[in-house]
Amino acid sequence: MSLAVELRAVSFGYRPGQHVLEDVDLALGEGEFVAVAGPNGGGKTTLVRVLLGLERPSTGAALLYGEPAHRFSGRQRLGYLAQRAQVGGDAPATVREVVGAGRLASSRLVGRLRPDDRRLVDEAIGRVGLDAVADAPLRTLSGGMQQRAFIAKALAGQPSLLVLDEPTTGVDAESQESLAELLAGLHGELGVTIVYVSHEFGAVEHHVERLVLVRRTIVFDGSPHDLPGVWHDPAHVHARE
Amino acid sequence: MLESEFMRLALASGAIVGVLAPAVGFFLVQRRQSLFGDGIGHVAFAGVAAGILLDVSPVLTALVFAVLGGIAIELLRSRGGAAGDQALALVFYTGIALGVVLVAQAGALNVDLFQYLFGSILTVTRGDLVTIALLGGLGLATVALLYRAFAAVVIDEEGARVAGVPIGSLNVALAALTAVTVALSMRVVGILLVAALMVLPVSAAGRLAWSMRSTLVLSTAIGLASAVAGLTISYYGDLPPGGTIVLVAAAVYVVALAATARVR
Repeated sequence: MSLAVELRAVSFGYRPGQHVLEDVDLALGEGEFVAVAGPNGGGKTTLVRVLLGLERPSTGAALLYGEPAHRFSGRQRLGYLAQRAQVGGDAPATVREVVGAGRLASSRLVGRLRPDDRRLVDEAIGRVGLDAVADAPLRTLSGGMQQRAFIAKALAGQPSLLVLDEPTTGVDAESQESLAELLAGLHGELGVTIVYVSHEFGAVEHHVERLVLVRRTIVFDGSPHDLPGVWHDPAHVHARE
Repeated sequence: MLESEFMRLALASGAIVGVLAPAVGFFLVQRRQSLFGDGIGHVAFAGVAAGILLDVSPVLTALVFAVLGGIAIELLRSRGGAAGDQALALVFYTGIALGVVLVAQAGALNVDLFQYLFGSILTVTRGDLVTIALLGGLGLATVALLYRAFAAVVIDEEGARVAGVPIGSLNVALAALTAVTVALSMRVVGILLVAALMVLPVSAAGRLAWSMRSTLVLSTAIGLASAVAGLTISYYGDLPPGGTIVLVAAAVYVVALAATARVR
């Protein structure tokens, strides 16, 4: 299986001598659906930033599809939903405008969207089930629907790798479950590699093939079924912070 | 009113700036950088002072200073490790301090300087109007061409960065565009009020619009209407044009706020 992501003995700190990540080895194959979990402050978001090439490791190497992540040549293949993604400012951006922004990297930088781009935007909106509210301002929708719009934005770029950082923040339990089902469906249909990062993994536990627990380094990497029972209790995950 | 050439020139230049300033300010407001134009305005003040001192066109030197200041703010923010408002404050205060020193050197604390601080739209010449039309047209064309790219950065800068969108270049382009707008608007509303014309119409439109695109279009319509109405009121009421234009824009914002307060 070809690798989408590879971290080799990666250590990283924002300040010298203070490691947020230490000696992390991680290989994610193309087409995998992986949950990355761990306590708040355990280094999950930093790990995401390193694997996407937004930060360079202090030591070790971060590779995307075999290339150094920070100068990866196929960036338009990456879809990223940042933590607490929200439209900046007060303009009432519609779902269609948000999703359309996802075509920028894959199309030309200047001028209007071409018909093919608009078709892909409509498809992405349809995939996440937001057709009926495509022209509604995002701020009028629930947290779960807003996250769906941002997932559609990432999908509009036709990514090979989709990384979601805490996508369920501010989303009610029912919507968390339906978000997880949506991602599982997308994974099955499109074969896209999905990295789902969250401080708790309950929502996706039944959908992912692999679970990675991060607490500065990787403390578990395997099937959720093989995870010792005590780890299923979020209180345990946080108790050892 | 229209029988006077100075009013025709004032209305034409006011209309161009009335459309351009909110069109550029739209992106700044959405990025919560409403004071960016104000910061660049203070750098432009140093440029005006340098122009007076060196006896070259103050508008030209203000344009050069403003573009350099805008790019400096952006580079300090993105690469220098300074947070957005610290970078702005640094350039803002350096600009005004440099302006004060240069003005003192030129011995120019007089009417010449005041027309740049508070605007002097009634003294716009045909040559000035050609410059404003050319640079204003270029600015609006840039907004039209890069609208989708600037909007994508507003919507999700980090997501766009990950996908390989050249965020740094776009931010520098927006800073330069802001600087050109400030230098052009200087003649209409003055350095001290230039940011108001970039922000108030956008804030008012944001209350009334239903999408990003409609916010932008409505912002430019409010900017244009404020410029024309402000000039007309100032002509008949014998009021300072720059201040009157901004007061009209502020009144539109208050009306929009009141009209939508009950709905929201």
